[in-house]
Amino acid sequence: MYEICAYLCNKYMGILFKEFTKGIAMENPIFGLVLGLCPALAVSTSAANGIGMGIAATFVLLGSNIIISALRKFIPDEIRIPCFIVIIATFVTINEMVLKAYFPALNQALGIYVPLIVVNCIVLGRVEAFASKRRVLDSLFDALGMGVGFTIALCFIAALREFLGAGKILGISLLSGFEPAAMFVLAPGALLTLGLLIGLVNYWQFKKTDSK
Amino acid sequence: MDIGKFMSIMISMVFINNFILSKFLGLCSFIGVSKETKPAVSMGLAVTFVTTMSSIITWLIYRWLLIPFNVTYLRTICFILVIASFVQFIEMVVRKTSPALYKAFGIYLPLITVNCAVLGVAVLNSEVFFDNGRVLPASFWMSALQGFFAGIGYLVAMLLMSGIRERLEFIEVPRALKDVPLAFIIASLMSLAFMGFNGLKF
Repeated sequence: MYEICAYLCNKYMGILFKEFTKGIAMENPIFGLVLGLCPALAVSTSAANGIGMGIAATFVLLGSNIIISALRKFIPDEIRIPCFIVIIATFVTINEMVLKAYFPALNQALGIYVPLIVVNCIVLGRVEAFASKRRVLDSLFDALGMGVGFTIALCFIAALREFLGAGKILGISLLSGFEPAAMFVLAPGALLTLGLLIGLVNYWQFKKTDSK
Repeated sequence: MDIGKFMSIMISMVFINNFILSKFLGLCSFIGVSKETKPAVSMGLAVTFVTTMSSIITWLIYRWLLIPFNVTYLRTICFILVIASFVQFIEMVVRKTSPALYKAFGIYLPLITVNCAVLGVAVLNSEVFFDNGRVLPASFWMSALQGFFAGIGYLVAMLLMSGIRERLEFIEVPRALKDVPLAFIIASLMSLAFMGFNGLKF
């Protein structure tokens, strides 16, 4: 009896773990799927902003994935997109209110990009492709994985830009003799960093497929 | 409405705070649709139309519904629903009245619903032209203008980008940089050039 339980548990946890890790590595929303770029570029001027935006987006993703997955049998197919948008917008509004009340400085830094999470392709994409077809528990782990993957990618871009543009990471100076190029914290630096990073990911993928 | 304000909104929205090149709004469609000039221009025109109209509609809703009933926190839900249904409505009207125009817009019209530039300009209007629930003078016209010129800025960036990318088709580039990465690098150079407009003042 115990063995059957352990086996089921193992198998089930394995599936959930797979849902969780795919968002972080293979299907990373930014580098793998190239989704959700606007906030990724706009708020990644410092690592702290990147973390804040990542957590905010993860919260919206988690909430809307769970609710939509739970309601997937009740939402009529023809009007599913408006239904999804209303649910997502509700979580974005909760997000906005919490940020305004408890983290006013972060809210100021993220600006209009907080309400814009509603049109972030990642959220609608995951909801449409995953949560509207799968069980609640799977959707929960999918949302967590995607959210963490988004946060990691955002932090990575942000830390890179903050280091190149201001010589610091999370506000701490790293090298004393390093002359930062202010361009990297401005708009052109964001586009350049993202372009080169996607190029790098492509390069690795080509290398992998070539060697096979 | 004096000419100075008009000019400052125009210059600011088209050149200094260009939605794509300095605010990263509407980036997905910018990278996705800018491979050829013709669809890029149709997309730009469609976006201009929708940003103008939705600026006007969201201003009316914000001013006459959300503020009087003291529910400004419903802004995001209201705006996105209004924009989505408005785009749907336009699609139906255009399909019935002008099949040629409908064909020209093609899939770009429905794509605009999830274009962050449209929601972005509506949110921006409600933040710039309203002061904590008070309406600033002439804000209606300024909102409409801001929406219109945000669309024009998008159109300009789209046109420049698609022209460059059309020429790149025939050039040998590293395989890893082909298409999307290269588009970002070009956008970065364009954005650098547009930063030169920063000093313009009226």
